Amino acid sequence: MNGFFDLPSDLQYSYAGLVGLHLREALIPVLAGLVIALPLAQLCVRFRWVYPPVLGLTTVLYSIPSLAFFVVLIDYFGQSETTVMIPLGVYSLVVLVPGIVDGVRSVPRETLAAAEAMGFGPLRRYLQVQLPIAAPAIIAGLRVAVISSLSLVSVGMLIGNQGALGNMLYDASTYHLPLLAVNSVLTTAVLGILADALLVLVRRLLTPWMPRKGAAR
Amino acid sequence: MNVLDLVRAFFGDGAHWHGYDGIPARLAEHVTYSLAALLLAAVIGLPVGLVTGHYGRGGNALALIATAGRALPSFGLLVLMVLWTGLGLVPVMIPLVVLAVPPILVTTYEAVRTLDPSPVDAARGMGMSEARVLFRVEVPVALPLILSGLRTAAVQIISTATIAAYVGLGGLGRYIIDGLYQRDYEKVVGGAALVASLALSTLALFWAAFRLTVSRGVRARA
Repeated sequence: MNGFFDLPSDLQYSYAGLVGLHLREALIPVLAGLVIALPLAQLCVRFRWVYPPVLGLTTVLYSIPSLAFFVVLIDYFGQSETTVMIPLGVYSLVVLVPGIVDGVRSVPRETLAAAEAMGFGPLRRYLQVQLPIAAPAIIAGLRVAVISSLSLVSVGMLIGNQGALGNMLYDASTYHLPLLAVNSVLTTAVLGILADALLVLVRRLLTPWMPRKGAAR
Repeated sequence: MNVLDLVRAFFGDGAHWHGYDGIPARLAEHVTYSLAALLLAAVIGLPVGLVTGHYGRGGNALALIATAGRALPSFGLLVLMVLWTGLGLVPVMIPLVVLAVPPILVTTYEAVRTLDPSPVDAARGMGMSEARVLFRVEVPVALPLILSGLRTAAVQIISTATIAAYVGLGGLGRYIIDGLYQRDYEKVVGGAALVASLALSTLALFWAAFRLTVSRGVRARA
């Protein structure tokens, strides 16, 4: 119990174990959000009238506080990882949909016509033309979703110690170990910054035609 | 009992409407923390965002600050600040402001920077000073986006101020945290419903502010 990375045994995990758990609890919801957001966004692009109500609903869903969301789900899923991951998935969905819709809509009409003239069917046109052009917008959404998801997992500590790295905060305050809290905050922040840098790198690899200097956001 | 029954039971209980732990008192505390944090964040974020956006410089630095601010977990920061400085309002304000500055800063910067340059040039051509260009032309046109940044910040502050109850402060989170410890699920759900409605009322308030302050010409294009 002397080293910075040695954790009290009641946490039931090693440091690396908690990091793994944290990543899993934060990233699975983002992935699920992306899987649902892609077809939903396509629906919004196809049928224009769907978009305003979807946008309104997402704004409302996003404003529901995470703790309130967690505790209401306890009734259905108990104090479990699922209870933490469902709200995170919903928040990710809400961040991703508007970004993807704007990205796909920004594809110029001539580009689509050119793809059609080359004999692309709707699916191939979507996968090979629309998605790559929308990639920067999708990744911008993913960056916000991933970083806020990583930060919110910690709140799961309040519902039966389901907060991965956040669980260290409980021990930090009961045993009065400020260093443990420093460890939790720094580790979470570093994970967020690394994930963000990774996504920027992915964007550069996916969109070699983009200018190198990125704007804020 | 489903969630709606619990909400009805919570609000129907007269004991929840009076005194120290009553709904009016907790609501007032929650609103006070949230307004103070939003005000502080706006005082930091708006001027910096406006000036950097006006001159179109410092975007990369702002992006770095915003990423760092978003990466810091509010809950962890809260517990850490309490361990370092003891109970009080200051350790709660710090994470709330850290949370709220990035959306205000980045949205304001982007809103001003990405404006159509022709009206700005026209204003300059009419002999307006830089300050007048900023406040008479750029701010009114960028207002919808600036408001949306403030709205995001406000909603996140209200959501996160709930957690202040974990470190002994008041606010609506009191019901959720106490209810969890007392295994009083009615209290938990009642508290959750209160915070959610406060967040939704904030959305409505910002919508009203948008209708009142954004000029009709700008609104039509937004």
